[in-house]
Amino acid sequence: MSNQARPHSARRRVVVTGLGVVSPVGIGVDSAWANLIAGNSGISRITKFDPSHFASQIAGEVKGFDVTQFLPAKDARRMDTFIQYGMVAAIEAVKDSGIVATEENAERIGVAIGSGIGGLGMIEDTQKTYDEGGPRKISPFFIPGTIINMISGNLSIMFGFKGPNVAIVTACTTGTHCIGDAARMIEYGDADVMVAGGAEAAITQLSVGGFASARALSGRNDDPATASRPWDKDRDGFVIGEGAGVMVLEEYESAKKRGAKIYAELTGYGMSADAYHMTAPNMDGPRRSMRNALQNAGVNADQVQFINAHGTSTPLGDANETNAIKAAFGEHAYKLVINSTKSMTGHLLGGAGGLESVFTVLSIHHQLSPPTINLFNQDPECDLDFCANTARDMKIDVALKNNFGFGGTNGSLVFQKI
Amino acid sequence: MSDIEQRVKKIVAEQLGANEADVKNSSSFVDDLGADSLDTVELVMALEEEFDCEIPDEEAEKITNVQQAIDYVSGHLK
Repeated sequence: MSNQARPHSARRRVVVTGLGVVSPVGIGVDSAWANLIAGNSGISRITKFDPSHFASQIAGEVKGFDVTQFLPAKDARRMDTFIQYGMVAAIEAVKDSGIVATEENAERIGVAIGSGIGGLGMIEDTQKTYDEGGPRKISPFFIPGTIINMISGNLSIMFGFKGPNVAIVTACTTGTHCIGDAARMIEYGDADVMVAGGAEAAITQLSVGGFASARALSGRNDDPATASRPWDKDRDGFVIGEGAGVMVLEEYESAKKRGAKIYAELTGYGMSADAYHMTAPNMDGPRRSMRNALQNAGVNADQVQFINAHGTSTPLGDANETNAIKAAFGEHAYKLVINSTKSMTGHLLGGAGGLESVFTVLSIHHQLSPPTINLFNQDPECDLDFCANTARDMKIDVALKNNFGFGGTNGSLVFQKI
Repeated sequence: MSDIEQRVKKIVAEQLGANEADVKNSSSFVDDLGADSLDTVELVMALEEEFDCEIPDEEAEKITNVQQAIDYVSGHLK
């Protein structure tokens, strides 16, 4: 085939120079990482609404979030929570990178932060306002407060980033695709710096109700902390989570020139579609996504040591990803260390790829795999090394990140130690 | 300061993210308090809510400073 992505050696190189996190296991990179390594679950009973009548009553909620520490109260109240999470994670990432927009570089800095669902909470509230008071009661900030590209928009306004400004929406692959496409924009020359990731705040009545109707959610309401149990034989669905993960991607020479701290290099990006079913997983799509990412990175399967998996804790999905990894890696699959941080954070949907890409980069940076917690009885059909229950110091030169979304859309990223 | 004046100024300060001390009777929403067109629409909605009245769009367009808001509300209180 001649129409494949250019190999790594022929491109501008992209490195990660800043990280930011708002998550069910902590706000800020340090706090979230410490909890992950300790194996602390962020899952508890839903407090955002009364979940008594819902089949799934548990979630990974962000705790102790005070947006006014980061944004003016007037601006914040006009943003749905997903925008607030995305903004706060992005502000941390930008500060961490030390990037400052100047007259010379502003047009070379862009943003690509998406969301899978967008401002559903504000949409639900505004529907109530409308039902009670009619159209005159709809806030003029309803639309800009709920549409998905408004993290990217607001961030560009706040920091003066005048480069590409986009927000990809691909369900649970959103954050992965945003980061991968952002890297491509740097490689291609559209930008030198991209702030990229995903955010979600969909612990709302309609969202939880909808996912529950699709039989996607865990019903382990009596024991929230052990409900998200990827690859365990008794897993019974995913646990919804919320938050955001954002990273600053930067062209390597520019990062080196300004003496930036470099966490890792993003060397590969692969995409694929299952072309199979709206919600049911399929083995070949994820397999091709991983293979495409490895090929784009120019690494052989046996050079990869670590995977931060999609690993949602659904009966079908976890077995499917296991099989896809075996198909993509062959015998080497059994030498990989594979982890699901969703066992602790729950599933952030469009935020998952952002948050878990940050965690993947941190795994390289610290040379350490977080545990997959709640792996009490490993499913014999899922017979790989999932780093059960305890964090592990390990050599990670090459790491892969997977995410798969409704619609059958897949994305994989390869990060490498530099 | 009358009760209405106080309530109007409080709402203006809240909606526009301004200090109450900076909200004078002569303050223009746009020129002095930094409001944009969406801010002023939201401000009028907040005044309607607070004073349980309806301000038609053509009247709302004429309310551009604090005193005009006080005058309108005072003249249309139910």
